[in-house]
Amino acid sequence: MLDHRLDDEYEQLRRTVAEFAKDVIAPAIGELYEKHEFPYAIVREMGRMGLFGLPFPEEYGGMGGDYLALGLVLEELARVDSSVAITLEAAVSLGAMPIHRFGTKEQKETWLPKLTSGEMLGAFGLTEPGGGSDAGATRTTARLDEATGEWVINGGKCFITNSGTDITGFVTVTAVTGTKGDGGKEISTIIVPAGTKGFTVASPYSKVGWNCSDTRELSFTDVRVPAENLLGERGRGYAQFLSILDEGRVAIAALATGLAQGCVDESVRYSGEREAFGRPIGANQAIAFKLADMEMRAHNSRLAWRHAASLLVHGERFKKEAALAKLYSSESAVDNARDATQIHGGYGFMNEYPVARFWRDAKILEIGEGTSEVQRMLIARELGLPR
Amino acid sequence: MKIVVCVKYVPDATGDRGFNDDGTTDRESVDSLLSELDEYAIEQALKIVESGVEAEITYLTVGPDDAKDALRKALAMGGDNAIHVNDDDIAGTDALGTSLILAKAIERAGFDLVICGMASTDASMGVVPAMLAERLGVPQVTYLDEVTVEGTTVKGGGTVKGRREGDVATELIEAALPAVVSVTDRTGEARYPSFKGIMAAKKKNVEALDLDDLGIESDQVGLSAAWSIVDTATKRPPRAKGEVVEDEGEGGVQLAGFLAAKKFI
Ligand SMILES: Cc1cc2nc3c(=O)[nH]c(=O)nc-3n(C[C@H](O)[C@H](O)[C@H](O)COP(=O)(O)OP(=O)(O)OC[C@H]3O[C@@H](n4cnc5c(N)ncnc54)[C@H](O)[C@@H]3O)c2cc1C
Repeated sequence: MLDHRLDDEYEQLRRTVAEFAKDVIAPAIGELYEKHEFPYAIVREMGRMGLFGLPFPEEYGGMGGDYLALGLVLEELARVDSSVAITLEAAVSLGAMPIHRFGTKEQKETWLPKLTSGEMLGAFGLTEPGGGSDAGATRTTARLDEATGEWVINGGKCFITNSGTDITGFVTVTAVTGTKGDGGKEISTIIVPAGTKGFTVASPYSKVGWNCSDTRELSFTDVRVPAENLLGERGRGYAQFLSILDEGRVAIAALATGLAQGCVDESVRYSGEREAFGRPIGANQAIAFKLADMEMRAHNSRLAWRHAASLLVHGERFKKEAALAKLYSSESAVDNARDATQIHGGYGFMNEYPVARFWRDAKILEIGEGTSEVQRMLIARELGLPR
Repeated sequence: MKIVVCVKYVPDATGDRGFNDDGTTDRESVDSLLSELDEYAIEQALKIVESGVEAEITYLTVGPDDAKDALRKALAMGGDNAIHVNDDDIAGTDALGTSLILAKAIERAGFDLVICGMASTDASMGVVPAMLAERLGVPQVTYLDEVTVEGTTVKGGGTVKGRREGDVATELIEAALPAVVSVTDRTGEARYPSFKGIMAAKKKNVEALDLDDLGIESDQVGLSAAWSIVDTATKRPPRAKGEVVEDEGEGGVQLAGFLAAKKFI
């Protein structure tokens, strides 16, 4: 039977993280955001709580949880702040998960314990200046130098999350490693440790939002790493990251739901407190109906991501549901952020109000880990439409 | 050694708390949770074990059915097992009666060290640790800002040492075990449970006891046996609006006058 309740321990995890977000993140984030600072202290505390190890097995320092647990955590974090949430999301889904899923025993033993404890962050570099949605447009190359047994990497990546923090351990990059039988590009993924000669990390971008999240441009000039740094099978890089992105979408959908809910929380409170024309603004139907719509979007976003997560956890096909959840929740986040700012009037345009931060943080959700257009393409494809 | 940590399930201090008509705590209208001040006691117990002292940690609560949530949270933070004393006749029990129930349960479980929070966040009396020590016939070392345990052996023994910050002096106190201590909110933030901790807590044993199990007669506890009774309770009035001084050249004089009237200057 369909059951709307979370198991006890999942509910307890959700409550614990909600408390952490309220007590630890909320009081500190405004200033960090204003100063564009990476939240090291918060990340350390999240590491102690085991959040970076949530969906990984205990033998690698993980918590033995799954994507449902991760989603619940991301939703509660993003309800208060998205920079912190995306730092966790990218670290788990893009940094550690590819190693866990495709890594050799040695690779897992080298990296996973540090990643699951949150001491180290891994990044995933797919997007290039020349193209993000079209992963086939990858221009970065990796040539195997048979004489030395090393990959020689040349090229560049852009917009890479968690790639330049003090605790970044490596970036997994996609690169063209040859030509396939059909003439297409052979794409593989290779682990490049931070600090490798020829691998440079630019200073952080000046972004519209996600101010406390680390985003960098990377360049590779004759970067040499051992042949063993190949992650997974040679030539399977493309297929590998597609499967990683499917899971990541569920996580991003949960994060977007949190932002959408955070807008409801702040706006309901404000509508009860703020008075205009002698009564609380929430007593006006124009405001009340906006709030009802916002609540509807947050609620349905939650149903959508939890459903996709449930399919994922049960090992069922979840491609379409993940795309639906990501598309709906990110658009809901943008809509709710716009409405929340409107309800807050001029104060909503002031950075010291959380809704202003929500507004700035919402838009990227329709772009990162597959744009809304890409999600619609995926959904349409799943419907079996002619191509 | 055996550490017993007393924890209380209380109405959320950030909620709109109130009383029932008979002066007992209203548990219906606000969510309840593990008292924040008891989280410090739990943290200290876990720290003692992490410092290398071999100890079994048992949590003890006296409270209604839902109070097991407080025990689950404590067990998710760490520790070994828990005892939940629950009986319809307990409703309305005051600090004196509670200390009787706790003492009986602690004696039954066995103990070397009892750790309590400095007070509960609902009644805020802070007397239970002292009452417990008296009933158990052991030393009490209360309101500690720092606590360590030394010299314990498998046969027992050892001492508990602590630091108590007062207004005029800082006291370094120690007591031979067994003893009762209470710790303040300055001992260090309590940890958040991890998911692994939450999962592990499910498998830890929570023993349910009633007054019969502890050999306590129902007329020794409850509202009718209470020595302290809430006579009346009035809601705190909403905060009055502050006074605004309009500066028309002599604002400073007005400010000074206001401060002088309140005896600040
Ligand atoms: C803050 C931030 C963090 C990021 N973190 C990472 C990271 O950690 N790792 C990483 O690899 N990438 C990361 N990215 C990159 C992100 O995933 C890409 O920006 C995104 O996939 C879009 O790619 P693009 O920017 O090249 O846009 P393009 O692909 O150039 O798209 C431009 C527009 O054209 C549309 N479009 C493209 N193709 C089609 C089509 N066939 N039909 C219809 N419309 C189409 C797109 O939807 C979009 O609206 C991050 C980006 C940002 C801003």
